Amino acid sequence: MKPILSLSLVLFIGFYLCTNAYGQTQTMALIEAGSYTPIYGRDATIVKVKNFSMDIYPVTNQQYLQFVKENTKWRKSKVKKLFADGNYLTNWKNDTTLNSKMQMQSPVTNVSWFAANAYCQCQGKRLPTIDEWEYVAMANQKMADARRLKSYNQYILNWYEAPKTYANLIGQTFKNYWGVYDLHGLVWEWNADFNSVLMSGESRKDSSNDPNLFCGSGSLGATDLMNYAAFMRYAFRGSIKANYSVQNLGFRCVKDVPSKQRVL
Amino acid sequence: MNFLCKYNKIVTPIAISVALLFFVSGCKSTEQQESDPTKITIEGEMTAELTAPPLVPKPIGDRKATKLIVNMEILEKEGEMAEGVRYVFWTFGGTVPGSFIRTRVGDEVEFHLKNHPDNKLPHNIDLHAVTGQGGGASSSFVAPGHEVTFSFKVINPGLYVYHCATAPVGMHIANGMYGLILVEPEGGLPKVDKEYYIMQGDFYTKGKNGAPGLQAFDMQKGVDEHAEYVVFNGKVDALTGDNAITAKVGETVRLFVGNGGPNLVSSFHVIGEIFDNVHVEGGDMVNKNVQTTLIPAGGSAIVDFKVEVPGTFIIVDHSIFRTFNKGSLGMLKVTGDENKTIYSGKQIEGIYHPEGGTIQSMPNDDKVVASPKPVSLKERIAAGKTVYSKTCFACHQAAGEGVPNAFPPLAKSDYLNENVDRAIDIVLHGKSGEVTVNGKKYNSVMTAQTLSDDEIANVLTYVYSNWGNNNKEVTPAMVAKVRNKQAH
Repeated sequence: MKPILSLSLVLFIGFYLCTNAYGQTQTMALIEAGSYTPIYGRDATIVKVKNFSMDIYPVTNQQYLQFVKENTKWRKSKVKKLFADGNYLTNWKNDTTLNSKMQMQSPVTNVSWFAANAYCQCQGKRLPTIDEWEYVAMANQKMADARRLKSYNQYILNWYEAPKTYANLIGQTFKNYWGVYDLHGLVWEWNADFNSVLMSGESRKDSSNDPNLFCGSGSLGATDLMNYAAFMRYAFRGSIKANYSVQNLGFRCVKDVPSKQRVL
Repeated sequence: MNFLCKYNKIVTPIAISVALLFFVSGCKSTEQQESDPTKITIEGEMTAELTAPPLVPKPIGDRKATKLIVNMEILEKEGEMAEGVRYVFWTFGGTVPGSFIRTRVGDEVEFHLKNHPDNKLPHNIDLHAVTGQGGGASSSFVAPGHEVTFSFKVINPGLYVYHCATAPVGMHIANGMYGLILVEPEGGLPKVDKEYYIMQGDFYTKGKNGAPGLQAFDMQKGVDEHAEYVVFNGKVDALTGDNAITAKVGETVRLFVGNGGPNLVSSFHVIGEIFDNVHVEGGDMVNKNVQTTLIPAGGSAIVDFKVEVPGTFIIVDHSIFRTFNKGSLGMLKVTGDENKTIYSGKQIEGIYHPEGGTIQSMPNDDKVVASPKPVSLKERIAAGKTVYSKTCFACHQAAGEGVPNAFPPLAKSDYLNENVDRAIDIVLHGKSGEVTVNGKKYNSVMTAQTLSDDEIANVLTYVYSNWGNNNKEVTPAMVAKVRNKQAH
């Protein structure tokens, strides 16, 4: 009895503390189910994605501030070190005040996976999987899958070289096919299963894991650029751990859509 | 939903293996000879002195092996590739090439690699001086805002390249992530008077060589090995003019030369000097009396020579179009008394006509790329300076002083100020044969320059506005007039 009781208590308190301050539907875009072949994954087969909805914008400083005001255990001074390293909200002046140079409508960054995960749960949402995130992110303005377009890849590569984009405001990049902004060009974003694709960062060593990808691509012309843009994203994911808080890393949430609900 | 439960499921951090210096445990038998570098014991610890190019830390080969702490910070930052050309460099220590690391054989290096929080990307480091998997790369993968530490013992003396090996490796290297680590032999290298650090690299920009503004990296050009810039120490003019390296007559000079690539192999040469000693490929083998030494991408050489006479010695990649068209040109300025026996001074050292001895006329079709049109005189002069440093500088020199007996001066030049149409014509079509400038005779060749009307107007305006000339403004219309009149 006792464990069950305390579990219920935790559940109750957890639910009580998670105050959902916003109505969410108008801030999310519906993503239609589909399938695609990822550039790099656990296996090279086709991935199926179900209907879901995704936040149109990454979570902002303002939204996260609201969250920590309501959920004290995620405040900078209160957070458990196991769940967020020393860089957690490092730029904030204190628990509930941003630094004067930061803007409310910039994406929140320097949040750990645990914090991002908790935030989404408090909104009744969850973090997107890599498969879901990549599925939406392969769109440009007009096409659901623009990965073979030079312009699409160049846009991503250019962002890699643009300094301090984390200080930009949300919604200033392009609106993609699904109506979602900022998947490329603003900040990196957490995924629920970010560490399921292992990359050691030593790309020559990794090559033995997937010879098709690395050795094969060396002799391919057309897909090289596409691979380069995506590799760096996977490399980034491979470099982080769930308690890391990183200046250029934010997040957004997604929500399951009941399968009966038809998309427009 | 209880997310406390979830923690336990998800905490599967990526295992980062610690570099195993397996050679240490590999030899457990009998007494080791003293010469076995893996058995050198260390004393104490110290923090390594790191230097930005072209400087080199003080020699340390005569100290005992020690625990050497290296603190290296990775910075992604915008810098200058050439006059008016900006580029986002990825750097070890804030410079291209990265900070010079000096160790001696037997040192146990504790390497702290720090990835600045503002950086976008994870990085790592592969040091060719490391014996172990990935040269340290698999142990040093580090996210922005984090630091990793790994250790290794340097057991092979020599000059080694280090570089980033994170995917895509080519791009990380092409953006400047390389440098040199020296492992001095027991007792050190022979003493010299001056030591410098030079590293060549090739760069791949969206815009063509000289296209102004912030230039993006061009992956396709990298794959095609079509470099827009080939430079020493990360930029055009990193080693020229006031940045030139220096020595005095009679001194010995040692150059630690590396080649970061990512693609091109360097034919390293100093015009007017012969290398007395070359540590071929940065190793033990010493070759003597070498004119040009080949430095592979991801390789190095240590060269030394005694400077016997004064002058400006031009440092080049003797794949010479790179030098005169892509930027791989540096200078060693030697001051002191002349030695007429070694070098008379009447003959001309280093006249170099890569295009051959006759005037060349490139087809002037419509392919000339228009540069942004300056409106004001000030902008015209600024744009002209860029053209000058790319096109004219090698012969006519930084302050238009020319080279005595070889290339006439543009500073306070009576010949130049006398007739502007003639000056335009010379830039357009070249000039050969005897001319008299400021009372001195010159008999040399200037090739026709493939510049647009705008560029010629700008560069001539720049020349006329400087160094005591008559401040004439040359317009594109004036150039067009001469071009059309002389068309052939």
